[in-house]
Amino acid sequence: MAINLLRDAGVPLDQQRFTWRDLVQTPYNKLRDGAFTRVRVILMNGIESEALRFSHACARVNGPLQAALARVRRVEQHQQTLVNWLNPADQSPLETTIGFEQVAIEVTASVAEKEPDPYLAQVYRFGLLEDFDHLYRYSALMDRLTGKDANTLVQSYSDIVPGRPTAIEHRYPLDDLRKPYDRRRAAAISKLHAGTIMAGEHQTHDYYMTVGPGFADPVARQLYAEIASIEEQHVTQYESIIDPEETWLEKWLLHEACEVYNYWSCVESEDHPRIRAIWERFLDYELGHVRFVARLFEDTEGRDAAEILPERLPEPIRYESHREFVRETLRRELRLSAVGPEFVDRQEESEATRAYRDHLNSQGSPSETAAAGYVWRPGTELTDPATRVRAVPPEGERRAA
Amino acid sequence: MEQSPQQGTNRTGIAVAARLGEEMITATREFPPSSPGSALAIAEVRIAYAREGEPLGETAPPSGLMDKAKAVVTAATGGQPTLLMDKLGERLAFERTGARLYETLLSKHQAYGAFSGGPSAGDVLHILHEEYAHADLLERAIKDLGGDPTAVTPSANLAANVSAGLPQVLADPRTNLLQSLEAIVVAELADNECWTALAQLAEQAGEDELVQRCQEAIAHERDHLRKVRAWVAAGQGRTAGDDEGAEMPEAAEADEFTFAEDSSVDREGYVVSEEERAETRETGTRQARKSGRGRQVRRDRS
Repeated sequence: MAINLLRDAGVPLDQQRFTWRDLVQTPYNKLRDGAFTRVRVILMNGIESEALRFSHACARVNGPLQAALARVRRVEQHQQTLVNWLNPADQSPLETTIGFEQVAIEVTASVAEKEPDPYLAQVYRFGLLEDFDHLYRYSALMDRLTGKDANTLVQSYSDIVPGRPTAIEHRYPLDDLRKPYDRRRAAAISKLHAGTIMAGEHQTHDYYMTVGPGFADPVARQLYAEIASIEEQHVTQYESIIDPEETWLEKWLLHEACEVYNYWSCVESEDHPRIRAIWERFLDYELGHVRFVARLFEDTEGRDAAEILPERLPEPIRYESHREFVRETLRRELRLSAVGPEFVDRQEESEATRAYRDHLNSQGSPSETAAAGYVWRPGTELTDPATRVRAVPPEGERRAA
Repeated sequence: MEQSPQQGTNRTGIAVAARLGEEMITATREFPPSSPGSALAIAEVRIAYAREGEPLGETAPPSGLMDKAKAVVTAATGGQPTLLMDKLGERLAFERTGARLYETLLSKHQAYGAFSGGPSAGDVLHILHEEYAHADLLERAIKDLGGDPTAVTPSANLAANVSAGLPQVLADPRTNLLQSLEAIVVAELADNECWTALAQLAEQAGEDELVQRCQEAIAHERDHLRKVRAWVAAGQGRTAGDDEGAEMPEAAEADEFTFAEDSSVDREGYVVSEEERAETRETGTRQARKSGRGRQVRRDRS
């Protein structure tokens, strides 16, 4: 399906309507449907969540835009609802977490592979290895808390092995800031990539901050706290690659284009007919938003929307396994860290990062505890008798230990 | 360490602040509901969604040609190979979760220590090892029938949701050994019930070796339930009798379950066809839906 961002009218804003029944549709099926349907639902919820987040921030400092923002934002609110409510109730928060990490791995890998700017591609690969490790830690937690196998969710598309260990991902805030792309020179795909990954990571952060306290297990509570902190770092990283010199309206227009790009990517890859129809509907809604904002942009700034938007959408996000790309990145870049915006070997980390991390981990590392010695096995690690609890040491020995 | 809750502050009851409670009631008199009706309004929406809804999921077919052929033969002779696989998956998932529960219970034992009449660490470990062994036997049984022991079957998913609160209770640092054992009773009751059903399904399918293994597991599970009940009773200063609480599951008896005559589902959750319902009305008793299957729907005794 060819999309013309500058001409396609989509559905006019005043025709974008919902009922409560419409908003709450039958979810995807956890047992039957493909992992990438879950991945798309989780990412698109994040994309819509970012639409609302941006819109509110923009409204707070742009009085003249408030009315237009409010109209579009209400539709985005309902789009997010419909999408997020596609997650089934029999999918536990920990299971959904596995889905979030698969998003962070496979979508970021697709973006990293396609990104034409070498520095930005490096930024994505850097973040990828950290989220990749989170999948492993949460999988260990799921296995050890509930006796469940995370692969029933990732469906063998993503490896469940350590990445850059979460315990060493903690960096001083200034070492998470990167260099932004130049809004005048960057390719359109670079802007769409940055908006996509920033939105996904921000929603991941918000999700962990919401569900983390719902766990009773102290290690689970600590692990969510720890990984939420890394997601905060990632949001810091990814929002810093976006040119802060873009005007508010330029950013709004790019947000809408990013939504078009993402719904279109979903349409191109979705094999679930009912959910594909939702992506198609919302693609048309977003094209309507692009038209609405483009007109506002042109009227307000006296610039042509074609300065910002490409006529044709770039290659869609590839919703598929990136196993080899991820493994190769692991082999080459596991030891990387960052000092300011530059990527360096771990040996060269800043003193500020070392001190910050050492203190955070000084009373134990949740991610190391949760996955101590963990090797993923089909059907949980319990299928390996060597992992099972043997005998409880006598009280005296325990005290001695 | 004290196992039972002590008296102290609890702000949840209305009597804690009687005057505020009165004001709460006064408000409901001044500001009536905005819409008429009752809780049944929610039921109407539930029913509407249920009628449009999709099933919870499906069970993958056997992998090999021989296994597929065997399943066809089993079905032709009154067995229910798909249901058997579904329930084997359920028990396997439950035993894996159960093993994690008992591992957590061991931590609880170390944290809170024993109480008089309660389990020793060795007692808990003994049950834990039987749970591991049950998981192993179920994994083998699923493989023997051509199934995939890593798959989540619909019943496994259902059971996981039914019992989702158990790991939460066990992992909560605030729950003591006795409170954790109360959660374990729930797991053991379900285990006893479901192993019995599994044995019956295996028998219908003519899986004699599996029946034998199930019977051994049932013996273990009854022992677990008996012990856990006794520990809970001891913790509460009671004496557990064999006849207390829910009965130990025995082979299903004809009058144990009651269903309304117009119920659209039988005790296993299968939809009863119009023909079967008509047959029930004629005979006054719902007979086995297919001879030899033993899936009976009993009529309402009321």
